[in-house]
Amino acid sequence: MTTNKSPEPGTNADADARSQWPLWEVFIRSQHGLSHRHVGSLHAPDAQLAMLNARDVYTRRNEGLSIWVVRAADIVASAPADKGPMFDPANTKVYRHPSFYEMPEEASGL
Amino acid sequence: MSESAALAEFALRMGDSALILGHRLSEWTGHAPVLEEELASANVALDLLGQAQLWLSLAGELEGRGRSADDLAYLREPSAYRNLLLAEQLNGDFGHTLVRQFLFDAWNHLLLDALCAHPHARVAEIAEKASKEVRYHLERSSDWVVRLGDGTDESHRRVGAALEILWPYTGELFVLSASCPAATIVIDARWRELVDMVLQRATLDMPNDEWAQSGGIDGRHTEHLGKLLAEMQSLQRAYPGASW
Repeated sequence: MTTNKSPEPGTNADADARSQWPLWEVFIRSQHGLSHRHVGSLHAPDAQLAMLNARDVYTRRNEGLSIWVVRAADIVASAPADKGPMFDPANTKVYRHPSFYEMPEEASGL
Repeated sequence: MSESAALAEFALRMGDSALILGHRLSEWTGHAPVLEEELASANVALDLLGQAQLWLSLAGELEGRGRSADDLAYLREPSAYRNLLLAEQLNGDFGHTLVRQFLFDAWNHLLLDALCAHPHARVAEIAEKASKEVRYHLERSSDWVVRLGDGTDESHRRVGAALEILWPYTGELFVLSASCPAATIVIDARWRELVDMVLQRATLDMPNDEWAQSGGIDGRHTEHLGKLLAEMQSLQRAYPGASW
């Protein structure tokens, strides 16, 4: 196995070949949706092709009315390792939920 | 030829061209350079297949011999096919396929826009539906011609060579559009203008018009069509009337 044209999946050569086209994250607002939702990702050399590719890969079944594409590298994400300090403290703050108000009779329709 | 027979012939030429080009594009499935472009090729192929079905249904009805779109697609010999020679040419590399697509899309776009005002209601209806799809096809194929032409030395060389090889097949486009009955469709000049604009951005020269190939829309094809049909029709030939 010396002459393998395409890089073996999972190897560094494969990762290099893929890294030539940056990764983009795709967000689509559906027919009845109010906000854009993350639907997946794709590779594209620039914003214009990322948009065309998003249309071809993710809206084939009439899923969307609007598309956003964002370079994955431009997304700032919280680190999984920081999960504890980031989110655990909110667990014990039940008083932040609006569940301790007594609703007046007149507002029963709310 | 009566006007209805002439319109049937025109619809057959349009339907066959869309069917054969769509089949060519579908050959990329499983082989395209990247997943995104494979899906894009398949999407365009499916659009063309849908257009072929509309044109061939109309051709069958006007012909009045009870042949459906499927009958026309699967049960005719190469010499009964009326597609453009450009549509049956081999895919070559990715750039070659996109150059072929671009030359066709630019023509199809201008023709369908003109056909939206055709006096025959069905023709106008088909054109209306197809023109939206083709506007997108043209956007994608012209974008790629510019990228590859104005890309690396290698990509520039390859699409330049494809353009030279495919150019002689473009003359036939306008014989087909001019054969539309009940409408005068002259789109040669606007096509040249559109193609020239894209080629300039792609840093490619428009080839000289020399010998123009013709014959496809009259049933005289290159050797490639027979092989394509042998594959496309094999299931229907082996299991006549098969459905699933």
